Amino acid sequence: MAVGPGPAPELMEDQIRKSWRKKPHESVILGLLTLCATISLVTTAAIIYSLVDETSSFFREIPITDFLFKTEWQALQNPKKFGIWELVAGTVNVVFWSMAIALPLGLAAAVFLSEYASSRARRTLKPMLEVLAGVPTVVYAFFALTVVTQDFLRPLLGAERVPVFNSLSASIVLAVMILPTIASVSEDAMANVPRELREGSYGLGATKLETAFKVVFPAALPGISAAVLLGIARVVGETMIVAIAAGSTPNLTLMPLESIQTMTGFMLQAAIGDAARGDTDYTSLFAVGSALFIFTFSLTWLAQVIVNRFREVYE
Amino acid sequence: MAATPHSLEPGGTTPALKATGRVARRQWMSRASFWVLLAATLVGLVVLAYLLADIVRTGGERLVRDWPSFITHYASRREARAGIRAALLGSAWITGLTVFFTIPVGVGTAIWIEEFAPRNRITTLIRLNISNLAGVPSIIYGILGLAVFARLMDLGGTIITGALTLSLMVLPIVIISAAEAIRQVPSSLRDGSLALGATKWETVWHHVLPGSIPGIMTGVILAISRAIGETAALIMIGAYAFVAFDPTGVNDRFTILPIQIYDWTTRPGDNFKAEATAAIIVLMVFVLSLNLIAVLIRNRFRHD
Repeated sequence: MAVGPGPAPELMEDQIRKSWRKKPHESVILGLLTLCATISLVTTAAIIYSLVDETSSFFREIPITDFLFKTEWQALQNPKKFGIWELVAGTVNVVFWSMAIALPLGLAAAVFLSEYASSRARRTLKPMLEVLAGVPTVVYAFFALTVVTQDFLRPLLGAERVPVFNSLSASIVLAVMILPTIASVSEDAMANVPRELREGSYGLGATKLETAFKVVFPAALPGISAAVLLGIARVVGETMIVAIAAGSTPNLTLMPLESIQTMTGFMLQAAIGDAARGDTDYTSLFAVGSALFIFTFSLTWLAQVIVNRFREVYE
Repeated sequence: MAATPHSLEPGGTTPALKATGRVARRQWMSRASFWVLLAATLVGLVVLAYLLADIVRTGGERLVRDWPSFITHYASRREARAGIRAALLGSAWITGLTVFFTIPVGVGTAIWIEEFAPRNRITTLIRLNISNLAGVPSIIYGILGLAVFARLMDLGGTIITGALTLSLMVLPIVIISAAEAIRQVPSSLRDGSLALGATKWETVWHHVLPGSIPGIMTGVILAISRAIGETAALIMIGAYAFVAFDPTGVNDRFTILPIQIYDWTTRPGDNFKAEATAAIIVLMVFVLSLNLIAVLIRNRFRHD
């Protein structure tokens, strides 16, 4: 606590409380502000309610062991099969391939922006890169289906090897979409590494490259891993790109040149079909939604834990 | 040009002391890495440029050919007659209402968190909860909208359901950036105002809020940009439908630009590809202008 002139904080608080009494309409305002703040809590409660309500009616019809331990998924046609692993595999497939592309590119961009670029170059490049995160996903989806698959993958790898819907085209475009997330958050983490570490490294004769990758990069690793986790969470939750470009065939594979279906992809397909309320067609959508929510929630939560635990190391 | 390879070396290398052997190789690697990393940074931008060029090339002609019929016609089964009238109006309704709901609630929450919240567990929980909500996928917000607004409150797949759903979705963006902006208002301003006898709310209203408007604006604009391009959440609430009328109120059914694009994109073969890209051009004009405005505001009022 800094000791300075003027009344102690408690005293000031007291004064402020008195002034509340003077202007009664201000307690109404405070009430409204508090109400606003509770909306976020209500939202979370509503999300959990929406998921749990229909998910529980799904599990009244389908044993939870089938859902968790069987691998085949065929929810919208007979005979129905509800093993979620084919959908999870689809999601893991696009996560794997998009990260294989976005991780090196995004981290290289972060190192460049933080360690190599002049502040003017950084001020120009960063907002331009961030536009990539603002492009509507349906536009990316169109790009993946028409340009990436038709104009690049098929001529390059042969039309007979590349189906119209394939996980690679979606993964490439997803990688582009999350580049700014990874680059920007990692860059912030690296910019926060104290200058003394760099100076020490230069003083010992290390080059710029060595300093960037052997000193700054490891020091910023907590922030960088948080960036990567946030990137993965965005890929896991992204719907339009995978629904349009990756196909709608549940498929237990990590191969990039196959038609697959992700959890989100199935949810969109089920929402568009005219499933009646109460059908397993309809409730399975919520069961998959619950699984999706648990995955993305764990990822963002883990990212926060990592950032909070390691944040003050240098302060 | 500050970025000549030599200036990259800390301390610089003078020609008289030219490094040899291993050291020379390390220095060469370091100099080369500049270009490799620059190239990696530019990959994303090259893809963006290619995407934009491709869209303009494929859809530009369709948009201009019989202007403005593409804007004024409803969607149609015949490509030549198809337009985005209902989608544009729907997007305007949804985005307008979303902004209308989000600004007061988002800014109100940010003010409460930064200026009024007691320092206790509940406040910490609310803060944590908001950053978690920012990471919830849009399709989950769609499920919320479907279960709560469309079914439980029986509003159906209408404009009001869509706007409420998107409001909840973009709320964390507005709250986080508004809170950030409010935090950056110097506390001397608050102290001065309080010392002169203003109440806490008067201080917030007359001094803190005006000082944080640029930051709040940036957040709101990014939220609009997110809402205008959102597809999955609105498909979930049941907005994937053929609409050939002008929406007249919040209880009307609707379609929006991204859903129209989705519909045209998923037609088999090359049918409606020109229409899809023409609609993408229209959507991208909105999104890119919003992003540009946000960047300009941020640069104009930068705090470094």
